[in-house]
Amino acid sequence: MLTEFFQYLFSGITVGATYAMAALGFTLIYNASNVINFAQGEFIMLGGMLAVLFTQAGLPLPVAVLLAVVVPTLVGVLVEKSVIEPVKGADTVNIIIITIGASLVIRGLVQVTLGKNARALPAFSGEAPVTLLGAVLPSQSLWVIGVTALVVAGLWFFFNRTMGGKAMLATAINRTAAQLVGINTAWVLTLSFALSAGLGALGGVLVTPITLTAYDAGIMLGLKGFVAAVVGGLGNGMGALVGGLLVGVLEAMGAGYLSSAYKDAVPFVLILLILFFMPRGLFSAKTTERV
Amino acid sequence: MRDPRHLGLAVLAAVLAVLPFVLPNSFYLDLAIRMAINAIVVLGLNLLIGFAGQISFGHAGFLGIGAYASAVLPTHYGVHPMLALGAGAAAAGALAAAVSYPIFKLKGHYLAMATLGLGIILNIAFRNEAALTGGPDGMPVPSLELFSFTLSSDRDWYWVVAALLVVSVWASLNLIDSPFGRALRALHGSEVASKVVGVDIARYKMAIFVMSAVFASIMGSITAHYVGFVTPTVSEFFHSIELVTMVVVGGMASVFGSLVGAVLLTALPQILATFEGWETVAFGAILILFMIVLPRGLVPTLAARLGKGG
Amino acid sequence: MKTLAKTLAFCAATLLPLMAQAAEPIRIGSVLSVSGPAAFLGDPEAKTLEMYVAQINKQGGVLGREVKLVHYDDGGDASKANGFAKRLIDDDKVDFLVGGTTSGSTMSMVPLAEKAGIPFISLAGAVVIVEPVKKWVFKTPHSDRMAAEKVFVDMQKRGITKVALLSETSGFGQSGKKETEAVAAKYGITLVANETYGPKDTDMGPQLTKIKNTPGVQAVFVFGLGQGPAIVTKNYRQLGIDLPLYQSHGVASDEFLKLAGPAAEGVRLPSPAQIIGDKLPADDPQKPVVTAYNAAYKAAYNESTSTFGGYAYDGLMLMVQAVTAAGSTDRAKVRDALEATKGHVGVSGTFTMSPTDHMGLDLSSFRMLEVKNGDWALLP
Repeated sequence: MLTEFFQYLFSGITVGATYAMAALGFTLIYNASNVINFAQGEFIMLGGMLAVLFTQAGLPLPVAVLLAVVVPTLVGVLVEKSVIEPVKGADTVNIIIITIGASLVIRGLVQVTLGKNARALPAFSGEAPVTLLGAVLPSQSLWVIGVTALVVAGLWFFFNRTMGGKAMLATAINRTAAQLVGINTAWVLTLSFALSAGLGALGGVLVTPITLTAYDAGIMLGLKGFVAAVVGGLGNGMGALVGGLLVGVLEAMGAGYLSSAYKDAVPFVLILLILFFMPRGLFSAKTTERV
Repeated sequence: MRDPRHLGLAVLAAVLAVLPFVLPNSFYLDLAIRMAINAIVVLGLNLLIGFAGQISFGHAGFLGIGAYASAVLPTHYGVHPMLALGAGAAAAGALAAAVSYPIFKLKGHYLAMATLGLGIILNIAFRNEAALTGGPDGMPVPSLELFSFTLSSDRDWYWVVAALLVVSVWASLNLIDSPFGRALRALHGSEVASKVVGVDIARYKMAIFVMSAVFASIMGSITAHYVGFVTPTVSEFFHSIELVTMVVVGGMASVFGSLVGAVLLTALPQILATFEGWETVAFGAILILFMIVLPRGLVPTLAARLGKGG
Repeated sequence: MKTLAKTLAFCAATLLPLMAQAAEPIRIGSVLSVSGPAAFLGDPEAKTLEMYVAQINKQGGVLGREVKLVHYDDGGDASKANGFAKRLIDDDKVDFLVGGTTSGSTMSMVPLAEKAGIPFISLAGAVVIVEPVKKWVFKTPHSDRMAAEKVFVDMQKRGITKVALLSETSGFGQSGKKETEAVAAKYGITLVANETYGPKDTDMGPQLTKIKNTPGVQAVFVFGLGQGPAIVTKNYRQLGIDLPLYQSHGVASDEFLKLAGPAAEGVRLPSPAQIIGDKLPADDPQKPVVTAYNAAYKAAYNESTSTFGGYAYDGLMLMVQAVTAAGSTDRAKVRDALEATKGHVGVSGTFTMSPTDHMGLDLSSFRMLEVKNGDWALLP
């Protein structure tokens, strides 16, 4: 009984860690610009696909991983510079549609150049599973969970201890005030796209040995990441992390104890419940209404 | 204000009346019918986005309710198709009201998130209840009888849908000019200001959302009967996005913009169909281009240019 | 290939003189899911059709006329397939239809083909396409029911009676689930667990844990397509489940071996002869057809073949053979010729159609395979 529970729990935490990385990406960009970046899922996919491509090209794993994170980061910057910056100040809907357009372009290009087949990536430290509290999990799970923890710690340090991070936070709280004290808010926006693209790609690379990847893998991951961000209170970093883990664990529990057919509905039911009863998310974010 | 709009309505009616006689074959007629159906859904959605300033990412879910009501009720329970259409519309309206009631007490884009969730839940339900809905492969839909007349040929369908479109445009124009419409426009201007002048924001927003959901459900039923087959794709998230895109490309808060957006984006995939693999890239690039070059949408931007010129 | 050669020889002998008249091309219309969730099915289908239409034309066409392929991508959306089928019939004025990657797409096109009276060979699996028999509709793929039956026959041999079913929520998986449930009793099999997973799921651990803890399970049968079953296989090994694992014909491609890696060892599945062309005994009638198709596809696209491309090959060749037999593109005559197909050796099996059977394959067209040492092995 208990073994079963731990099995679901660890499955959920592994998947949830990916959602959390995606949710952090949404949060970073939302904070910098109030934009919901629907291309977030594509960065996850890009990370996975490129890691496969580079390892197959014979590059050693660490180099392949590094490149698979750096290239999508540059793509993120390119997207921001080429299509987001020109429409600064436009309606939220317009920018959302632009990010959807960007996601279609990225997905389409990958589909045309790398094909439509699913790809596999070997696990970083062998295929032998690890047993923990009676539950079995792939060794790659430990990579996913460990790196997510490191990333969260790194982000915390960045936002609380460095000028760049503080500038981003300040912009999120009040853009005009931030500009007045001399923060380059355009630079903050670019940085937020770079960071969230990089985070997404890293998540994609880590999880691919477990989940495989394909040109359209980003759609669902992106959506779940968005749900996680909303559940945690859009714009709240801690909330994104907890939201991601919560969505992942509830999904696994839903599949195990309720019905596997409806497990995909679990996060979306959760989003409705949260909006009805705790509309600011689990961790309330600051909201301002302009008159 | 009244005249150019009603001129537009007359032009629309005239174009619709001539169209079937100049289209080369029934494929184009089919395309015209799909455009008109989308246009009606987009009209309703544009009232929500353009006038109430709220986004719905779940309108395809309401289309799905209508479509499946028209497929499931007559097939499994022997309900008359017209009654099934009404039942679907009522269900969609009730669901929209139930979901939006708590949401509209809040400020911000919470409706977008709630409808996103709702739409996906509906899609999952249509996919999973295979005994009723035929699952992911979908199910056939019986033909629609209007009184004792069975709609079957494309041409019959064209006239029905064209008439519905003209009526919807006329109704939308009148609605915008009514006190209700003025209240709505006030809403989009500033919530605080309209509160001051005594507009009950939550109630108006809810009314418009429910109305657009009912529009969508009815058109879902019509599409299902017309195509004769329904699959869960009708209610997919991406379809909701397509509908929102039609609104924005055509022009928010513009009745004729809704039509133009629906026509363009229904035709686009057909035009791109010959691009062999590059459709997705092309579609995405065109969306981005539109948003950068014509951020206010096609019709309002053109109208402004013409206004300046003349 | 033999059929193709025969066909071409026949054309050359009887109809070459007519070619001088530069006749109208024969137009074959196709709607396939080249993008979207079913892309890995539709993509090899489209490539196969394009490649063989070009080859047929290079060798003189059919009835001395050029064959023209008009092809649209429905993105896996059945309602789009319906629209494109209208376009093919009304605007492109095609003579025949070969296509419909998913059962949903096919079923949305069926009423149009029936109404227009146009021969239509579907490339989708579900039994409903040809049961009840529809006048103008045929299909090439093995049905999901046959896959379930083939698996159950093998289970019977091993004395397995209690089975856990794990099916995908895709159209393919759900149709398979329905047919599996329907035929289980006939083979004395009880389904003691019945779970599902989504086609884009990334972890099936919870479902498998539930199955693992269900008392009495003797074997697990997975019904799905593409990457999902590969993840199931990996999870299965990670969880240390040592019951026999069966997959459906939906993963019968080298792609599965690549994705699942060493975890695939010992997996059994029913498969057309096509993926083990080189391992077929020399006297197998399908051997020359299969090896020729595999070699040609590999040469043209440098990708390994899948059964889905094979279905498209068979669809095209059945149509070509019927047109040749009918001696014209008259739709009614071609339909009758299709129905009269006898002993047509294809990539997917030997087709013998009849007024009550518009698929024409029997259980012998499936071979039971097991993964051994990272490769397919033919079970006796």
